[in-house]
Amino acid sequence: MGIDRREFIRIAGLSTLLGLGGKGAFELLAPGRVEAEIIPATGSKKAKRWAMVINQKKLDDNTAQQCSAACHRVHNVPDFVNPPDDKLKLNPAVAQRYEVKWLWTEHFHNAFPGDAPAHMAEKVEHMPFLVLCNHCANPPCVRVCPTKATFQREDGIVMMDMHRCIGCRFCMAGCPYGSRSFNWRDPRPYVKEQYPGYPTREIGVVEKCTFCAERLAQGLQPACVEVSRGAIVFGDLEDEKSEVREYLRKYFTIRRKAHLGTNPQVYYIV
Amino acid sequence: MLEKALVGSKRYYGLVAILAGLFALGFLFYLKQLNVGLSITGMGRDVSWGFYIAQFTYLVGVAASAVMVVLPYYLHNYKAFGRVTILGEFLAVAAVSMCVLFITVDLGRPDRILNVLKYPTPGSVLFWDMIVLNGYLLLNIVIGWKILECERHSVAPPKWLKPFIYLSIPWAVSIHTVTAFLYAGLPGRGYWLTAIMAPRFLSSAFAAGPSLLILLCLLVRKYSKFDPGKEQIQTLAKIVTYATLINVFFFMCEIFTVFYSQLPDHMAHFQYLFVGLDGKTQLVPFMWFALVGMTIAGLFLVNPKLRKNETTLAALCGLVIVTTYIDKGLGLISGGFVPNPLEQVVEYWPTVPEAIITLGVWAMGFLILTVLYKIAVSIKEEIKS
Repeated sequence: MGIDRREFIRIAGLSTLLGLGGKGAFELLAPGRVEAEIIPATGSKKAKRWAMVINQKKLDDNTAQQCSAACHRVHNVPDFVNPPDDKLKLNPAVAQRYEVKWLWTEHFHNAFPGDAPAHMAEKVEHMPFLVLCNHCANPPCVRVCPTKATFQREDGIVMMDMHRCIGCRFCMAGCPYGSRSFNWRDPRPYVKEQYPGYPTREIGVVEKCTFCAERLAQGLQPACVEVSRGAIVFGDLEDEKSEVREYLRKYFTIRRKAHLGTNPQVYYIV
Repeated sequence: MLEKALVGSKRYYGLVAILAGLFALGFLFYLKQLNVGLSITGMGRDVSWGFYIAQFTYLVGVAASAVMVVLPYYLHNYKAFGRVTILGEFLAVAAVSMCVLFITVDLGRPDRILNVLKYPTPGSVLFWDMIVLNGYLLLNIVIGWKILECERHSVAPPKWLKPFIYLSIPWAVSIHTVTAFLYAGLPGRGYWLTAIMAPRFLSSAFAAGPSLLILLCLLVRKYSKFDPGKEQIQTLAKIVTYATLINVFFFMCEIFTVFYSQLPDHMAHFQYLFVGLDGKTQLVPFMWFALVGMTIAGLFLVNPKLRKNETTLAALCGLVIVTTYIDKGLGLISGGFVPNPLEQVVEYWPTVPEAIITLGVWAMGFLILTVLYKIAVSIKEEIKS
């Protein structure tokens, strides 16, 4: 038994490639599937580009808090400020540092810094603005990530692979919206009630809103949209007949720091 | 040549023992950090890089400054620097080793560090930083070691080494440029979003690095039979002088652009650092000390009397090292994160464990430096006798 010359060269060549660049060399030559890709089931929601319109006129304080709570509940987001057990209570300043936030509220002048006039409508001044990852069409976080642990899907969703993230936090420096959170400490004891539909996280990785990619795959709306009493509309920006496009036609909308060229995909009706 | 590191005076063993001890202490705290996460540091969701990344940035500059002795010697045939190139190169080796270590201790998941190689991402500046830093480390080890070996046997360095030496010159510039690009390309961070970031990094590096080298030369002269030379130290001093002044000038350029344009999200960071924002003024005294101290050091160094007197020179070099360290170590990172993208002011200060881990990494670096300098100096002494 022996191998011919051609076979020998082939094996030697492939082994060299593996030796020089590891698995990465093969992936560079033949990019395959991203490991964390969610494979959609039948009946899943699909779009060319997902986008969200938040109608602040319809959003009262109570609803906003419910949206945030629903999101954090179905994603096992820890609560360091109000821990489930008194024994876990932290100094408020420290708790604030560790906070993980996917969807939360801010005042207008924080959500849209530099855009607030000295005299503005009182209603808007005290309005709770829901803020989250903008799923930018041109996302700086994806640009800076050294491992593609954060990446953009074809439908525009900016995703996180928490099994690949090395915790360098370059994406947090890159995000102009403060929408990314790092697990500074073990989040699990601070999750009130573990939700079985989504994994909990370990220390040392970054996370953020994913437009509920896991729910879209099951044909469901994002959790916040579901409890928003019509204040949040979600749909395909590329589909003329979508509700999102209908809203964008009908109302004047603004986006957070659009001048930075990130092309945010969360629109606000004020 | 390694055998030279194994035998030495009591003082040498003592220094090695102290540094190894400090490293061990830092390592113990690092084990704690591995266990409970980066929550043992003062960092948080608003200031998500801190002391570790600051040291890393500063030390990349120290490493890059080796070019200031290599370039005059090899490109301009400035013979005098032949005596000190090895000290510059070995300083670079120690500094880059610390850089790599600081990046590692800053990672949330250091066990996954090889993902950077496994999933190479040329679009990320961090990917390139990894390449240039490791490349520079390798270049300086190979060049420094080979040159020293040839010197020992009094033979000319091999021809194949020349291209590597020439390569190491632009490579030194690249490590600090790429490190500046980590910051200078982020759209939402006004303090860092400036084209002068890389030039500023280089000017402060060429001020701080040669300053440290001067102090090391003076120490080497004091504690060994090898004298790096008066002329060498004076030439380095001139480099420090003008690099410091250029650094102050670059800073003023930045101040003009930011405050004449009146762009709020660029001004806010300078306001935080120099007058305080929302009543938070933690860094204000440090920043003024750095700015005033750096300017004074630069101006005093212009005066030949103060520069030629090695006592005042050492003091001024010390001042340059401290002030550039505050500017780059404390101000640059915190200043970039405060205020946060939502214009809220959350301050940062390192915790005790964070400081001890930092100290441990510095100890490791100085241990490498001590051993390498011991080898270099022993061989220089051997040649002399």
